Amino acid sequence: MPKRGAIALVTTATALVLLLSFKTPSEALPAGSTGGSPAALAQAGPPAASLAPAPTPAPADGSGATAAPVATASPGATATTNGTIAGSVVQTRYGPVQVRVTIQGGRITDAQAIQLPSDHPRSVELSRYAGSVLRSDVLAAQSAQVDLVSGATYTSVAYLQSLQAALDAAHS
Amino acid sequence: MGTVVTIDVRDPAVDPAVLDVAVAYLHDVEARFSTYRADGEVSRLGRGELREDECSADVRHVLALSEELRRTSDGHFDIRRHRADGVLDPSGLVKGWSIEEASLLLEAGGARNYAINAGGDIIARGEPEPGRAWRVGIRHPRITDRLAATLWVRDLAVATSGSYERGEHIRTPLTGRAPRELLSLTVIGPSLTWADAYATAGFSMGLAGLAWVAGHPGYGAYGITADERVTWTPALDGLLA
Repeated sequence: MPKRGAIALVTTATALVLLLSFKTPSEALPAGSTGGSPAALAQAGPPAASLAPAPTPAPADGSGATAAPVATASPGATATTNGTIAGSVVQTRYGPVQVRVTIQGGRITDAQAIQLPSDHPRSVELSRYAGSVLRSDVLAAQSAQVDLVSGATYTSVAYLQSLQAALDAAHS
Repeated sequence: MGTVVTIDVRDPAVDPAVLDVAVAYLHDVEARFSTYRADGEVSRLGRGELREDECSADVRHVLALSEELRRTSDGHFDIRRHRADGVLDPSGLVKGWSIEEASLLLEAGGARNYAINAGGDIIARGEPEPGRAWRVGIRHPRITDRLAATLWVRDLAVATSGSYERGEHIRTPLTGRAPRELLSLTVIGPSLTWADAYATAGFSMGLAGLAWVAGHPGYGAYGITADERVTWTPALDGLLA
């Protein structure tokens, strides 16, 4: 998802938002993280022209997670390191999780998981097709360049922690 | 769990403040609909502290959509039976609906060429650069940095339900057991609200879900099966790259 444009003009704008409570979890937040983690995640390093305003505090009862934008689009230069920065490797019981962010012109333009726990192979099942109208083919493993990817993403506390580490590294 | 939402506007004349409006809206929706906010409307509704008619217009709207989808999916989509603990959970419909609402805010601000990706639920409008459509990949279910397929998308929504994540997080309300025939189901069509909902319901139907999705005019489906083949409805023939 490249963003290009004249230095003096904002020709594209991107916003990366972390919403911490949008879907049912596949694993629960670790104990004690509801208060600490959301606040930490909402801070995207020292204030800079391209970063979000101060995070809203987590609820006092710690029962939920508030979120604030990690970064918003703004023109202007910052002290942020441009380029691709990897976050720390966070170990989960299923394996390692590591996120890499790409920063251009002081804005986050991409975030990708570069390490995810691998699945155990599943047993093969016979399938029947609902009707001959369906097309079918073997499953490919393409590496094409795309603008966007759709798929059930692995979004977990570990992912968000690694993402935050990458952002911290970018602003240190 | 957390969802990362990326908003990418390519129109040079759109004020970045327009994105702030969309972001603020998404946080507001999260507060009202999240089942992890004890003080949110949906949580209070689920505990019986609120009646439906006391809820905000948006919540009532989502509940009405959920009920309609429950009927047309023969119970495969049921916001009262998705979770094992029986907690009311409309998140299968709220995510697509709220992103679609956010896209309308972008358009109200003049955006015509933009894409939103909310954890794999996508709206792609116009063109990323003059002369070509948005290129959308469908994630490979086993190899994390590979794609199963690539689509050319212009003015369409794309939503995927699947079992990529550790553990089966989609339970079929009718049997209670996790579905086995599909690893993932991707739905493409004009509205992300419905693409998201149809993907959730269709996935739980297994292979029959593809034909069920295709029965809705304007919507196509792409499924990755448990024996690692891919199958798709004819409507996608012109979109697959």
